[in-house]
Amino acid sequence: MTKIKLNINNKDTVLEADPQMPLLWAIRDLAGLKGTKYGCGVAQCGACVVHLNGEAVRSCVTKVSRAEGKKVVTIEGLSEDNNHPVQKAWQDLDVPQCGYCHSGQIMSAVVLLREKPDPTDQDIDDAMAGNVCRCGTYLRVRKAIHLASELQKTASNG
Amino acid sequence: MDNTSLSRRNFLKTTGAAGAFLSLGFYMPASAKQAKIVTAAEADQFGVELNAWIHIDQSGKVTIFNHRAEMGQGSYQAVPQIVAEELEVNLADANIVSAKGNKEKYGSQITGGSSTVRGSYKNLLKLSATAREMLIQAAAAKWSVDKATCYAEGGKVFHKPSGRQMHYGELVEAASKLEPPKDVVLKKRADYKLIGKPLKRMDTHLKTNGTAVFGIDKMLPGMLYAAVERNPRMLGKVKSFDDSAALKVPGVKKVVKIKRGVFTAYREGVAVVADSTWAAIQGKKALKVQWDDSGFEHLDTEEIYKRQAKALDTQEGLPFKKQGDVDGILSKASKKIEATYETPYQYHACMEPLNCVAHYQGDKLQIWGPVQAPEWLQEYLSKEMGLDKKNVEVNMTFLGGGFGRKALMDYPHEAAEISKAMKTPIQVVWTREDDATQGPYRPGITYRCEGVVKDGGIDALKVKLAGQNIGHASGAPKDKPNGSASEGFLKPYAESIKNLAIMDVPFETPIPVIWWRSVYASTNGFAYESFLDELAAEAGKDPLDFRRAHLKEERLQKLIDKIESVSGWKKRKKGEGFGVAITECFDSTVAQVVKVSKAATGGVKIDKVWAVMDCGWYVNPDTIEAQVEGSIVMGLGAATMHEVKFKDGIPVDNNFSTYQMPRITDIPPIEVHIMDNDENAGGVGEPGLPPFAPALTNAIFDLTGKRIRKLPFNLAAV
Repeated sequence: MTKIKLNINNKDTVLEADPQMPLLWAIRDLAGLKGTKYGCGVAQCGACVVHLNGEAVRSCVTKVSRAEGKKVVTIEGLSEDNNHPVQKAWQDLDVPQCGYCHSGQIMSAVVLLREKPDPTDQDIDDAMAGNVCRCGTYLRVRKAIHLASELQKTASNG
Repeated sequence: MDNTSLSRRNFLKTTGAAGAFLSLGFYMPASAKQAKIVTAAEADQFGVELNAWIHIDQSGKVTIFNHRAEMGQGSYQAVPQIVAEELEVNLADANIVSAKGNKEKYGSQITGGSSTVRGSYKNLLKLSATAREMLIQAAAAKWSVDKATCYAEGGKVFHKPSGRQMHYGELVEAASKLEPPKDVVLKKRADYKLIGKPLKRMDTHLKTNGTAVFGIDKMLPGMLYAAVERNPRMLGKVKSFDDSAALKVPGVKKVVKIKRGVFTAYREGVAVVADSTWAAIQGKKALKVQWDDSGFEHLDTEEIYKRQAKALDTQEGLPFKKQGDVDGILSKASKKIEATYETPYQYHACMEPLNCVAHYQGDKLQIWGPVQAPEWLQEYLSKEMGLDKKNVEVNMTFLGGGFGRKALMDYPHEAAEISKAMKTPIQVVWTREDDATQGPYRPGITYRCEGVVKDGGIDALKVKLAGQNIGHASGAPKDKPNGSASEGFLKPYAESIKNLAIMDVPFETPIPVIWWRSVYASTNGFAYESFLDELAAEAGKDPLDFRRAHLKEERLQKLIDKIESVSGWKKRKKGEGFGVAITECFDSTVAQVVKVSKAATGGVKIDKVWAVMDCGWYVNPDTIEAQVEGSIVMGLGAATMHEVKFKDGIPVDNNFSTYQMPRITDIPPIEVHIMDNDENAGGVGEPGLPPFAPALTNAIFDLTGKRIRKLPFNLAAV
């Protein structure tokens, strides 16, 4: 067991963990933040996506030791009031069905929109192909990302 | 709670000891022969507990209980939307609570067969209207006015002439002392304010910020985590195990041999209990287990289908339906059309792997988990764990997908056994590999179809199917044909096809099987709807016209007209392949047209899918659109991407790296339409799936002249 210092959702945190433990399980079982989901454990489904220093990473294959001294943002830390443009777009279009994969979908979409504020369908497909949704909400995911892009513009102009 | 047995149910009301409230539900005495109104005092006398569906307290707080699981299909929103309509409350003011498993209180709670709305809506409407009328009656009495001059809206009762108003909370005490009226008048469809409207889901906001609690998210104080090594051949026993390396993994506390019930058999495993999920998984990897596989045949997939073919060659099967002179016509016909179709074994692949939290406390057991059948579970665990039923508490969390798999009780049972052995609360999380390789699966089936065409129509049709009967595991008689042998096939075909036989050829393997979204309707649907297309081609008819000629019901004719017009069926151009399929599933009928074209990179691509859903009376069109889209995506994966293959008795693919899932890059545009009529409500969550595969392969035939008769197939290789 090692003490690992990191910042989760703007809070300095010390986790006592086996440095080999994936960030996913450290976030869920040690930090008690359950919004980030386990789906496959092998970086194939995207349910576990979090931001590590602003980059979207698969926390199921990212060792907790890699987060030492870094900033981790999970779905819980994305906004104060569930009002990030991507969250709002997801709510407006009722994107989730079972909802299990959508923490990861949203976290992936946020990074996409930061890099490409006005994405094409192709940009969306390229960025979101790593996020599996068994309920098949993909058409709404695509629509919601376009909507979030609009909301983001309005927010930055306003 | 199903609509058919309403006569055996009574309304029941009561008052609470700690302050007044109005609580309404149904009382279902097992032995009651006649409906009888039971008052609160009588309820006490019978010792029955009120089955509350609606609860209003003195502050006016309205609580609506959802007796079914929310696994994405929208029960969490459909049930309250129905109740709020007749109760006259604002949906935003109502609290929605997931009911615990309790058959005596809620009747059937199994979330399966797309039954939440179609199985409960009539009773829920009546119950809610009854509560509303009692509140109106209470207000009228307080004001000493005629109740006909009062009305309810937004959680309040109003006196029209004077404009006086009281909120429900002020009325519950008086209302709870009234006799529930016997016959309440339900609203007309045209007067609905909530039902039929695309209202927002009530659970979405919980699913965009990580606050929705799924089974895997449940935590209890002092809870330990378990991972279980299970027999890779699914059945069989633990011969011996070596846990020395596992116990050295940091965080691992203990290793215990464990069992779980899968239908009527027990399956064994070795559980590693640790202080985190990851430590438990690491410990599991370090285990060395010797398995006793005697009694479980080491089958390969190829062998399964060889045996199905042989069974079809050599056996006539049990008659599910037999009318006219099928065999006579088939044997004498100058031309007979024959085709064999194969559907694969498949895996549910819920995004939330199986998991469960159990807390065994000697005389009591608490369960929290993503479960589809809480009341079955309560009963099952009380027997397995030797506990009084009332001391088994089953709490439904949100489900990260279910699709039939989470109706099985093995994973909560396993969690309960580990908690009993450890004397602590336990969470068992199945790894994706565990989840993918343990079954039960959707059974693979081979269909052999024969038909004769005469005068542009079907003269004779015979379908023989060989596949595992899901019902056998729960005791369905083996000398009777599979009761679902024609599921998916539109019933009116039995009117127009005078010479018809559907034969179930008995077929068994040791592989455990269970329902998979839309169940037999989609496997059957692929065979029946593909073969109809082959017969239409033989008859030289347009596939849609051919179906229209055989389906005389007005409701179906309207559906066919609709799919024809929305898809532009008649205007299709050269180089475009169009295919249609129409199937029935859980009291709803869905027609789909798929359009395909040659892909630049080889093979074919899907350009568009049109779907028309006829589910009769419905609650939320937005939910229906989402469910049909999702069903088509799931159908796309099932038709073109994945199959559980067995090698030496072990499922080959164990994760999404090789068990391919549909992704955002695979999804064609989908257009969903809903028929508007006043027919009884049908299912919504599953019926959109069955027509997709045959509509797709029929479209490929239209484009290329090639018939695809085995699923799954690779679109790029067509």
